[in-house]
Amino acid sequence: MAEPPPRRRADGGHAERRGPDVDHVDGVRLPELDGAPPKNALPRTLGWLSLALGVGALAEPTPLARLTGVDDSPAAVAVIRAVGARELSHGAALVAGRHPGGWVWTRVLGDAMDLTLLGRALAHRRGERRRRLALTTAVIAGITAVDLAVAVAATRARRARDRMIRISLGVTVNRSPADAYRFWRDLENLPRFMAHLESVRADDLRRSHWIARGPAGRHIEWDAEIIDDQPNRSVAWRSLPGAQVPNAGRVRFLPAPGDRGTEVRVQLAYAPPAGSLGRAVAKLFGEEPEQQVRDDLRRFKQMLEAGEVVRSDGSPNGISVRQQVMQRPAQPLPDTRR
Amino acid sequence: MKATAWMGTDHVKVIDVPDPKLMNARDAIVKISTTAICGSDLHLYHGYIPAMRKGDILGHEFMGEVVEVGPQVRNLKPGDRVVVPFPIACGHCSSCQRGLYSVCENSNPNAGIAEKVMGHSPAGIFGYSHLLGGYAGGQAEYARVPFADIGPLKVPDEIPDDQAVTLADVFPTGYMGAEMCDIKPGQVIAVWGAGPVGLLAAASARLLGAERVIVIDRFPYRLRLAEQHAGAETINYEHTDVLDTLNELTAGRGPDACIDAVGLEGHHGNAAIYAYDRAKQATRTETERPFALREAILACRSGGVVSVIGAYGGVVDKFPMGAFMNRSLTMRTGQCHVQRYTRPLLERIQRGEIDPSFVVSHRMPLRDAPKGYKIFQKKQDECTKVLLKV
Repeated sequence: MAEPPPRRRADGGHAERRGPDVDHVDGVRLPELDGAPPKNALPRTLGWLSLALGVGALAEPTPLARLTGVDDSPAAVAVIRAVGARELSHGAALVAGRHPGGWVWTRVLGDAMDLTLLGRALAHRRGERRRRLALTTAVIAGITAVDLAVAVAATRARRARDRMIRISLGVTVNRSPADAYRFWRDLENLPRFMAHLESVRADDLRRSHWIARGPAGRHIEWDAEIIDDQPNRSVAWRSLPGAQVPNAGRVRFLPAPGDRGTEVRVQLAYAPPAGSLGRAVAKLFGEEPEQQVRDDLRRFKQMLEAGEVVRSDGSPNGISVRQQVMQRPAQPLPDTRR
Repeated sequence: MKATAWMGTDHVKVIDVPDPKLMNARDAIVKISTTAICGSDLHLYHGYIPAMRKGDILGHEFMGEVVEVGPQVRNLKPGDRVVVPFPIACGHCSSCQRGLYSVCENSNPNAGIAEKVMGHSPAGIFGYSHLLGGYAGGQAEYARVPFADIGPLKVPDEIPDDQAVTLADVFPTGYMGAEMCDIKPGQVIAVWGAGPVGLLAAASARLLGAERVIVIDRFPYRLRLAEQHAGAETINYEHTDVLDTLNELTAGRGPDACIDAVGLEGHHGNAAIYAYDRAKQATRTETERPFALREAILACRSGGVVSVIGAYGGVVDKFPMGAFMNRSLTMRTGQCHVQRYTRPLLERIQRGEIDPSFVVSHRMPLRDAPKGYKIFQKKQDECTKVLLKV
């Protein structure tokens, strides 16, 4: 019995199935499609700050106590050492941890403890010490504000990443890669087979304006640019900054083995926003966004092979998820519905 | 227009519906002259095929006159008399180009549902559930025919409707069943089922050079047709043991090839065995009653071919895989790729090699469709096939 060939491991943690011939035609790598989004450097910077502070507090607690105005307290050195130890643990987690964004919240917690301690110290001091303490408190309050902002931003970014929907699918079309590329590259053809699109207007060779059909007559519009264009091989596009629903896509046209036309392999990614618009986008793509894209590709294949989108009486508008679930009886449409 | 609609299990009705219109550039509208009720329509009638909706127009065997064509249809014009193949096929996908029209990759707009059930979707079929496209069928006054530049075959005036309409389904299906047996001189072919498809499979096996054809059924009048029109020997499975008789007839070898022309609603001579699958089917723990298929596998000589043209919808139980594998059998199957056969079979009719209309027993007006279904279902009045005249 022959051993089956070893299975390729899909890259990344999400369920992305990639065909064997896909990688070597990569033009541009798109973070949205090809891997982790760019890391935010701020949390790590805060980590280094924590480490510096921690080392300082452990090595030289006495000058630090004088500087902050708590050198009259017998417990000051011990407290500052404890704070230093705590800062070291923040720092280690932030610098070496896998998700520094989350660990910033521990700094926010530490800041809150420090502010509480400082507040109590302020109540019992007068004069020069009180001024130093007030200054320290102001500095810590400022750091707290920065920590809080970074923590909130990191959490939001992670949620957006978790909401990011990535789809990767293929279809085999009995036409040459050149034919398939040409049809797709004319972006104004996309609404002819992509159910959720109302229109795409090509402004020039790179820029285009897209309008998607939202639920309840709502429209979602954005501008996109082609970021990679290899004639007869692949096209990649991305929405321009400011899009309500950031999205990106790539399509590759690979000669199908055995002279069977073209393997059209599509990758799409979009990040639905939170709130009502996000819910609208979710509605737009239905329960199964992957099924919708599969149907889009089916229509693309029909356009190229049969020259038309196939219609029946039960599915008069051609393939669509909703149509397949909500079939009308298989009898001709009344005149009012034509 | 008037059309035969499925209204629920065991209930069809002729109702008024809008006339069909062109939807796409490759469509044609056909004014129907003759349409037929098929054995596989009975599976719909009995409610065994899922995804039917009340009001679905039935019928996938029809012919008539072209009255309107879309701008992309250049080979047909209004006034042409055509017979329409039951599988809807685009003609340009890889499957169509290899002649596998009944698995056209483009003609099922509900392919997503079919994939959930079958892994991949076959072609769309006229009047055969929403699983296979939700196309209005041809038991009506008019029908819209997609991809009219590929499917319909022009029929010369001297060929009567009763012969031509068999080219839509039953004749090509029976013929393909025999063709898949890869018949060599001297071979013995056994056919399970003496409905129109089984009868035409037996007759086609003869045309393709079989030495002997043995037909298995339980209705004496159908077995008589097999004797008269296909020169077949016959076995009535209600009176004799099929495997014993086949072994006896072939001196212990078994038939060289076996054709299953029964499909998912088989019957069995043994009441207990029949009751088992009937009960499983009724509770939908099995969708088929595959007696003919099991028997064909056990009967076939080692190294032979089992050709399956009976319609199946889902999953079968107790499939004799041991016999199938250990005895080097080959199984060949398929909904008929009708478009591949219409012209050559029309030529056989024209040359007088065969008159396939021998399978027709009843002709009645379209408005009597409910009666036609009833007679055909109950096998009353020695019914083999009902044609509806429009």
